[in-house]
Amino acid sequence: MKIVQKSIKLLTLVAIALCSFQSFASDSGKKDNNQNDGGVVDTKSEVDKYIQHHIQDAHDFTLFSYTNDAGERKHVGFPLPVIVWTSEGLKTFMSSKFHHDDNGEEIVTAGNVKLAKIHGKIYELDAGASKVDFDAEHHATNAHKVLDFSITKSVFGILVVGFLMLFWFIRLARQYKKKSIPTGFGRALEPLVIYVRDEIARPNIGEKHYRKFTGYLLTVFFFIWLLNLAGLTPLGFNVTGQIAVTAALAIFTLIIYTASGNKHYWKHMLWMDGIPVFVKPILAIIELAGAFLIKPFSLLIRLFANITAGHIVVMSLIAIMFVMRESLGTVGSTGLSIVLSILIALIEVLVAFLQAYIFTMLSALFIGMAVEEHEHH
Amino acid sequence: MESLFNDFSPGLFIMQTFILLILIFLMVKFAWKPIMNSLNERESGIQAALDAAENAKKEMQNLQSDNEKLLKEARAEREGMLKEAREMKDKMIADAKEEAQAQASKMIAQAQESIRSEKQAALAELKNQVATISVEIAEKVVRGELEDKKKQLSLVDKMLGDVTLN
Repeated sequence: MKIVQKSIKLLTLVAIALCSFQSFASDSGKKDNNQNDGGVVDTKSEVDKYIQHHIQDAHDFTLFSYTNDAGERKHVGFPLPVIVWTSEGLKTFMSSKFHHDDNGEEIVTAGNVKLAKIHGKIYELDAGASKVDFDAEHHATNAHKVLDFSITKSVFGILVVGFLMLFWFIRLARQYKKKSIPTGFGRALEPLVIYVRDEIARPNIGEKHYRKFTGYLLTVFFFIWLLNLAGLTPLGFNVTGQIAVTAALAIFTLIIYTASGNKHYWKHMLWMDGIPVFVKPILAIIELAGAFLIKPFSLLIRLFANITAGHIVVMSLIAIMFVMRESLGTVGSTGLSIVLSILIALIEVLVAFLQAYIFTMLSALFIGMAVEEHEHH
Repeated sequence: MESLFNDFSPGLFIMQTFILLILIFLMVKFAWKPIMNSLNERESGIQAALDAAENAKKEMQNLQSDNEKLLKEARAEREGMLKEAREMKDKMIADAKEEAQAQASKMIAQAQESIRSEKQAALAELKNQVATISVEIAEKVVRGELEDKKKQLSLVDKMLGDVTLN
């Protein structure tokens, strides 16, 4: 067991070391002004663009970029596989083929389809086109989006967190076979597991049904929390700030509480007791909208907005360093930026936990409402 | 709002759904189930141990109170026995005294009685002997006196002289 664990650790380290120091440079410096993550970020609009770029998903894993003495842009990181469903079926290649271009200038030919990356999305060029044309609002006119199953930075983050969770918690589960009190890192994980069970699942769902849903709630709690925390590291993940991710999570909760709703839940929603008959259909519409739209939307928007806002605020505060250099001087703007961003980063650590807690809490509450057993009204 | 939906990536959504499904399945099967089972087991174990300790404490208390009761009873019994013994002793002493007294007085009474009757008997004998002796003496005296006629006549005279005939 020990040897297997050690070799996994070693392999991971080697993989990271190999990948991260393979800088895959763009071939020339002439595209610098076109790259969102490239070049000097100094003015307000550049900062804005940089932040917008950061909170989006990316097809490369870039740790940092710099311009070398020869004026070339270098990106340190590693490419990720691009998997797209085009008009000619599934195409896969490494994202390094785009050479960090994000404006649709680098055309990748895969089979008979021509692909370009514009603002983090992959477009397929219409037949016959060899170059993306843009209209006045910078929308591509002769290309359309393709279904993108790429291992993007977010998917990569999801996978990393997923493996971490599996590794940690399966190890914790194994520890219980030998002793009743875990040691090492498991000792830190156990109270969190008990916390989710006793403070979130049990009180909100009720003693009778909570066991069935604890697995889902625990998974979601640790998934969101760890991804929120990963977003605070300099690795620059913004997974829980991707609306697609939060939407998927919210839909899971929606499916679970809809599928486990008992007779009373549906009765209460569709034909409520104790009100005049002509009000019942109106209330049913409101209740249905509440259950199928408002609840999941509140879940997905809350998590998405909180995490995205946190990222924007932290990066904006860091940007004070550049933006206010003129008015405060180098030392002043740097000091202010560091103090403020440390403060807000600390708050973000709290928010990371809080949002995971709230999402899990509300999921448990909604499930609890669906399985609640009514005595009599 | 438009950019919000523009940012929504269907591919990422599908990947996330897919990965999350697998993750939930694996976590529930290999992590949460065994962890929850062990936690429940441990908690019920702790509860059982606590209950057992509580029971033992109660039993101990019962035992202690029982002991105390027993001790008290024993003490009371001892007290009773001692009292009884003391009473018995006192009574025996008193009885013995009384009996001795009675015996003594009885003996004294008997002794006195026998002394009296002895004395009576002695007196009676003494009287008899004195009478006998007196008679003998008188006999002797009379005999002596009557040996001589003159003397007998003088005596009769004297006696006659003593008798006053009034």
